[in-house]
Amino acid sequence: MRGLPSLLMLPLMLAACDGPLSALSPRGPVAAEIAWLWWAMLAGAAVLTVLVLALLAMGFGAPRPARARVWIHGMGLWFSVAVLTAVLAAGLWVGERILPRDDGAVTVHAHAWQWGWTFTHTGPDGAEVRSDNLLHIPAGQPVDVLVTAEDVIHSFWVPQLAGKLDAIPGRTNRTRIVADSPGTYAGLCAEFCGLGHARMRFNVEAHAEWPPLLAADDADTADPDREVRP
Amino acid sequence: MTDATQGAASGGPDESPARPGVQEAEELAIPRNPPRPALALHRELHRVWANDRGLWGQLTAVNHTTLGLRFMGTALVFFAIGGLLSMLIRAQLATHDGAFLDTELYNQIFTMHGSIMMFLFAIPMLEGLGIWLLPKMLGTRDMAFPRLTALGYWCYLFGGLIMLTALLFGVAPRDGWFMYTPLSDATHSPGINADVWLLGVTFVEISAMAAAVEITVTILRQRAPGMKLTEMPLFAWYMLGTSVMMLVGFPPLIAASVLLEVERAFDWPFFDVVRGGDPLLWQHLFWLFGHPEVYIIFLPAAGVLSTLIPALCRTPILGYNAIVAAVLALVFLSFGLWVHHMFTVGIPHMALAFFSAASVLVAVPTAVQVFAWIGTMWKGQPELKLPMYHILGFFLTFVMGGLTGVMLAIVPFNWQAHDTAFVTAHLHYVLIGGFVFPMMAAATWWMPLIFGKRRIKGLGEAAFWVILIGFHGTFFIMHLTGLMGMPRRIDVYPDNPEWVWLNLTSSIFGFVLTIGFAMFALDMILQATLGKRSARDPWGAPTLDWAMPVPSTSYNFASLPGPGMWARVAADVVLPLARGEGVLPGAPRGRREVLVTSVGGARPQHVALLPGNTALPLWLAASIGVFVLLMLAGAYALAGIALIPVAVLVWVWGRGLAPAGDLSPVEAAPGLRLPIHHHARPSLSQSGLFALLVADGALLASLVFGLAFLSVVTVGPVPAPAGGGGADTVTLLAVVVAAVALGVGAAGRAARRRSVAWAGVGLALNLLALALLAVVLGGLDDPTRHARDALRAVLAAYVVVHVLVAAAMSAFALDQFRRAEITAEVAGVLPAWRHWQGFTAVASALVAVAVIAQAGA
Ligand code: HEM
Ligand SMILES: [Cu+2]
Ligand SMILES: [Cu+2]
Repeated sequence: MRGLPSLLMLPLMLAACDGPLSALSPRGPVAAEIAWLWWAMLAGAAVLTVLVLALLAMGFGAPRPARARVWIHGMGLWFSVAVLTAVLAAGLWVGERILPRDDGAVTVHAHAWQWGWTFTHTGPDGAEVRSDNLLHIPAGQPVDVLVTAEDVIHSFWVPQLAGKLDAIPGRTNRTRIVADSPGTYAGLCAEFCGLGHARMRFNVEAHAEWPPLLAADDADTADPDREVRP
Repeated sequence: MTDATQGAASGGPDESPARPGVQEAEELAIPRNPPRPALALHRELHRVWANDRGLWGQLTAVNHTTLGLRFMGTALVFFAIGGLLSMLIRAQLATHDGAFLDTELYNQIFTMHGSIMMFLFAIPMLEGLGIWLLPKMLGTRDMAFPRLTALGYWCYLFGGLIMLTALLFGVAPRDGWFMYTPLSDATHSPGINADVWLLGVTFVEISAMAAAVEITVTILRQRAPGMKLTEMPLFAWYMLGTSVMMLVGFPPLIAASVLLEVERAFDWPFFDVVRGGDPLLWQHLFWLFGHPEVYIIFLPAAGVLSTLIPALCRTPILGYNAIVAAVLALVFLSFGLWVHHMFTVGIPHMALAFFSAASVLVAVPTAVQVFAWIGTMWKGQPELKLPMYHILGFFLTFVMGGLTGVMLAIVPFNWQAHDTAFVTAHLHYVLIGGFVFPMMAAATWWMPLIFGKRRIKGLGEAAFWVILIGFHGTFFIMHLTGLMGMPRRIDVYPDNPEWVWLNLTSSIFGFVLTIGFAMFALDMILQATLGKRSARDPWGAPTLDWAMPVPSTSYNFASLPGPGMWARVAADVVLPLARGEGVLPGAPRGRREVLVTSVGGARPQHVALLPGNTALPLWLAASIGVFVLLMLAGAYALAGIALIPVAVLVWVWGRGLAPAGDLSPVEAAPGLRLPIHHHARPSLSQSGLFALLVADGALLASLVFGLAFLSVVTVGPVPAPAGGGGADTVTLLAVVVAAVALGVGAAGRAARRRSVAWAGVGLALNLLALALLAVVLGGLDDPTRHARDALRAVLAAYVVVHVLVAAAMSAFALDQFRRAEITAEVAGVLPAWRHWQGFTAVASALVAVAVIAQAGA
């Protein structure tokens, strides 16, 4: 009964799904792969919900023979195993395709602290360029982000470009983001990290030309001890 | 009070057919006792089993009906408080710049909402349900350890009050209900907020361990004679699964909480990366508990459904065996999927794939149950009575929650949805769908048995609809909110106007939901106060819990259902039971007696004498509370001293188990003479000790897992070569292990020969081991130096505590010899001591190996 309206509401939802942080309006292949996975799973889930609820409603009719073989083995075991295997396989397939791999992708470094981000890129002259809360990447090609943390656990997330990855003290994690076209994409810290968590935002700027000529005031030296920005 | 004589079932009990699908145990035949006037029996039993009068009587109560209801009532109060907090959350999130809570307070509120709902509502609620219902369903008069029931309740109440007080004073925990470190460590969370969580929750979990032990033992040893394990009501199977999961699942949480508290208090760096610790160790230990926790909450609710659905459809459940298998599979599988809470911490994809598959697999036993329930409804004739409404609410909600759960188990999707409102939506679909709806069904089902009143028509149905609409209105669109990028645990979102309509909708329906819950509560209150008297067994139920007067009496059954009695529908046996025709009728000896049966076939073994009303549990819980408060205050030396009264009271507790009075065998039925428990083995206490040792082993395993994790997985600074690897430490440890192991022999001889001398040898060996351990501890490295040093010290402390207890038990045995309580027939504490000593020997050997291996590495 719930599944059906959700299906009918689809077009409406699609329109409502837009937004700078929406995982449902992907702007790159990684996020797009996950988005179609979601829509497929949603459709399947809606069908299953309707199916179960219909069977349930039919249970209110006159008593009829119910055999354990059908219900327990057929539905409970084999049917569910079949559905789950399909979902699992799809998940693994997508997962493998979007992993970072050794293909010489541009690498940038994201360092999280309470409460902000310091990004380190290699500039045109090979020197390190740092900027706070603004990450530069080339458009149209994969970028690997090395994620680290200064103090507590944070999480690096640019919903339109890829899934999230935690920034954990003592570890370096690698994730891959891809933006199809130049533009600015919103990112945020997804792991609760204290008082400044809600405001721990950043932007990703995808450039057509790489390496870009960064404005001088973009590049400043990060001071991890700084207070949360207004 | 109850009128035990009223209401006669029509037709003699012998004419009605046995419940279909249940084989009567032909081998076991117990003759019936001659019938007696039911009223006289009632008076006799009530005098023995009732609580004392007045307020004091409430403080000294140990009765499972009283305490089960009190657990559930208290849990409902906490549910109301948690609900109130959720309204504050929803009010704050209704607009993008909600200004009425500041961030600090908001963080406390959502942390307390989650913690209260999980630890102070859901878990105590299911414990209360089990404690209240199991003895009634299994055909006995009380839980195995009534004083433990009371101790659990007081620990729960005091721990909960400590957490609430902290909220009132604005120092409540604020790091989220899973308390991730380093955010929750002393540097990033100064003040007592995090300590309130660590100490308060651990205090409350004493009640979970107590409940787990006694639920396990009650199900295994107190079933009606002839009620084989494979024939017992499904609810008991579910609770058995739950209690086993609690025995194994809670120790990792307790271990983690103790470690983090020690880190905060004494700077032992278990989770500090600079000194070789690892924040991921906390996450592993927490979710090793946290995932099973979800099933601990779900299984009892599913047990309720497996009880109510067949009863409301007037047909036996479809696939009893398959459901039992599903429960066991869930118990097993749920310990293998904790990593799905950690898909974003950077674990290699292939490992994630394994846990993803395991997480998906767990949906299979759940599907088996769902289809078995629906098949049962096809088979039978479902009646749309009020509990059925809530069961339908369960289906609608839980199926969707289960499906979003499968989605979240798919790794790439999890990377997007994790830590967003999508997860908040999912977890409420599962918790409210899978727990709250079944509990509401249970409440409406068992209300007549609790209060003896019928409900007032109409209000209950209205409450259901408001709750259903409120719930889905609140949480359905939250899936979308999350996918549109809204993370959980944020208080403002000034830059995201696109989330406002979603949140506003959720908030409005959230208030509808609350109104629905208030209506439900009102309905319960009206039924309890204004409802008309209910007839006995108003549902025509097939289970024993209804084979008694309404409201239920303090002793449940005037006589216990024998073979051939429990397998019938309740209405057929209620009268013979009330007239004392069953086993062990009345209380002729003026003491609380229950029947103890064998684990598999439920053959009568002996009669256990249960303790009566006492304030001891209250004092013990209060003295533990003093310890907790002193720890909170940072008065660690004083806290150490506060353990002395705790130890004294535990000793007094043990003294309460000593044999007293008439120890002669009891005639339970014509020709069935049974010894009392002092003369019989294995006793309930012994079974309880085994259950406790399972939990203790899980605690040790958690600590050893921690050490292994830090050594193998953590990439941190390599520790300076550990001291304590010197030849002298190795020798010392070897001697300690040898002394404890010899203690096992001494305890065994003391038990077999009833030998006071061997008991003395055992005490001496344990004291020797303690003295040597003191030297070993002195030789260990400074535990603040490196995480592995700290964990080694904790393992050594674990051994110290166990040897200390072993020494106390040997001293207790000597004391029992002195009092001449140990005789040829009565073994007293000796068997328990031997088992404890054996466990301690194995544990100390394991720890010694771990410590030495680390030092060598
Ligand atoms: C009465 C209706 C309820 C409402 C309106 C409600 C609302 C909420 C909301 C809005 C949050 C998200 C806070 C945030 O992430 O910013 C939340 C978190 C949570 N809720 Fe509820 N909730 C309700 C009942 C329950 C129940 C019955 C349970 C459990 C049995 C529960 C368990 C939790 C947990 C575990 C969290 C996570 C807390 C955390 O992030 O630390 N809630 N709830
Ligand atoms: Cu952060
Ligand atoms: Cu954050």
